[in-house]
Amino acid sequence: MSTARTVLTIAALTLREASRRRVLFALAALTVVLLGLSSWGFSRLAAESLTSGEARLTASILLNLVMFGYSLVAALGTAFLAGPTLSGETESGIALSMLARPIRRSAFLLGKWLGLVAFGSGFVVLAGLAQILVVRLTVDYWPPAPATALALLAAQTVVLLTLTVLLATVISPMASGVVAVGLFCTTWVAGVVGAIGEALGNDAVGRVGSVSRVLLPTDGLWRGAMNAFQDPSAIVQFGGADEGAGAFPFLSTAPLTLTYLGWAVLWVAMVWALAAMSFVRRDL
Amino acid sequence: MSTVDSGAGVQAAADLVAGLPPAPAAWCTGLRKQYRKHLAVEDVSLQVGRGEIVGLLGPNGAGKTTVIKMLLGLVRPDAGEAMLLGQRSADPAARARVGYLPELFRYQPWLTAAEVLALHARLSGAGVPAAEQRDCLALVGLSGRGDDRVGGFSKGMQQRLGLAVALVGRPEFVVLDEPTSALDPLGRADVRDIVLELRSRGVAVLLNSHLIGEVERVCDRVVVLDRGRVAASGTLAELLGQREVRLHLTDLSPAAQQRLAALGRVDREGEWSTVALSADDDGTAVPDLVRDLVSLGARVHAVEPVRISLEERLLGILRDGAASRAAGPS
Repeated sequence: MSTARTVLTIAALTLREASRRRVLFALAALTVVLLGLSSWGFSRLAAESLTSGEARLTASILLNLVMFGYSLVAALGTAFLAGPTLSGETESGIALSMLARPIRRSAFLLGKWLGLVAFGSGFVVLAGLAQILVVRLTVDYWPPAPATALALLAAQTVVLLTLTVLLATVISPMASGVVAVGLFCTTWVAGVVGAIGEALGNDAVGRVGSVSRVLLPTDGLWRGAMNAFQDPSAIVQFGGADEGAGAFPFLSTAPLTLTYLGWAVLWVAMVWALAAMSFVRRDL
Repeated sequence: MSTVDSGAGVQAAADLVAGLPPAPAAWCTGLRKQYRKHLAVEDVSLQVGRGEIVGLLGPNGAGKTTVIKMLLGLVRPDAGEAMLLGQRSADPAARARVGYLPELFRYQPWLTAAEVLALHARLSGAGVPAAEQRDCLALVGLSGRGDDRVGGFSKGMQQRLGLAVALVGRPEFVVLDEPTSALDPLGRADVRDIVLELRSRGVAVLLNSHLIGEVERVCDRVVVLDRGRVAASGTLAELLGQREVRLHLTDLSPAAQQRLAALGRVDREGEWSTVALSADDDGTAVPDLVRDLVSLGARVHAVEPVRISLEERLLGILRDGAASRAAGPS
């Protein structure tokens, strides 16, 4: 069987697994709850007598906050799907009969990864798009670069699930999900701490965020997404990038650089290669 | 050399290669595997010929499953070589015509039985049509259950599905690791029939089973593993070749006892003596013995041939191994 056919077969199987397991229903339910709550919140906001500038600022911050909720749901969903689907299958014996077929293990892993990428990024893009439309309908706010923002949100999910795939090739299913989500949250907190350090002019604390963004690019991509969701005037209203807007966790002072995007792509490629090396060498 | 000559040379070489017997279904030599401090398999060499049914026997932890997984390229051997159908088993393409039912079998609970089979048919690359896949399900007794989710299957039904998965890719070599562990007696008989049917189609089978009777009924050859090493191997005739005769004797004089001992190892139990016969006996040993015993004054009440079962032979091999280990390294 050709490698491309194997990859597509396994990717389709992974998508089918996601759709038939409860994870999809859980995600759908969480999304509906988030959408409902946020549309209620935004409609209440529209009822307040705010200036157009205030309204845009509030809408920007709230949109970023709700989108953070989606990225967290996507992170939890994919992390807890990637773990069981890879190491769980290896432990339970499901993978044994498949890997005894004339297929390369790297093709099997690539198929699994592609299926998860399609599932995870499909979720954030659809849920994010629904959210943007809700905001448009309730408070008449449209983000400056919605496509870039959603793409970066999807990229953040891809980074996290690639990490989970690597972890799943070496540790147990549950542990890989817990460690991945733990690292995701730690990087986010480190990013906020770093931004506060920068706002206070403390370079040592400021560096915490930069280093963590290089080690795990989820927070960096998230900040790029926020920047594309928020109104450009929001930073100015918050006192400007150097005055304190940067310290606020749901505003981003600068768009993503191409260099950083390149690093994120390289990071995913390297971590995937490590995962493949570990999986190919593994005794089943 | 002229073009015509070289063309004839190539043709001759092609004829020579075509005339060679096909490579064995499975072949390995010097396989070794160590898990941390535990030496699971050491210096295992075995061969499964085309269309041959070979049984893999041995106690728990003898390394049978590890040997199977090394043959299939699922576990990397620390040393040694393994080939499947003439190709190195580390190459995934070697498994194109191989079916495998693992000891620890589990199939996607969110798929239906027909979907599991379709997935494996696709992964095998054999291009098996849907009708043939349905026949495969029917062969293992799952006809009519194709549209049911595997998650609702009993352990025995999942094992039947596993058998169908092993057979669906038109294999030339099938590895069955404990294929009847979850099956009732009827299911075991079904598996036996399937294995015999595979042999009639020229498909080679490596059968690992704890049920020695099952192995004895269907296998052409047996390989006994003990503590990661090959303790014995051969055809059933070779392994069970040692025959015994049991005699009920009274008035046994010392001379008659000597005559008995001259034939082979003697086990006495009251008036009954069991004598081992040599493998090259041409059928005259027992009548000659009886004639001599009578002439030496012994009264012969009964003479019974004793058939050694594979189980007794296996226990004997394993006990001999344990005894020689207890006696210290030779």
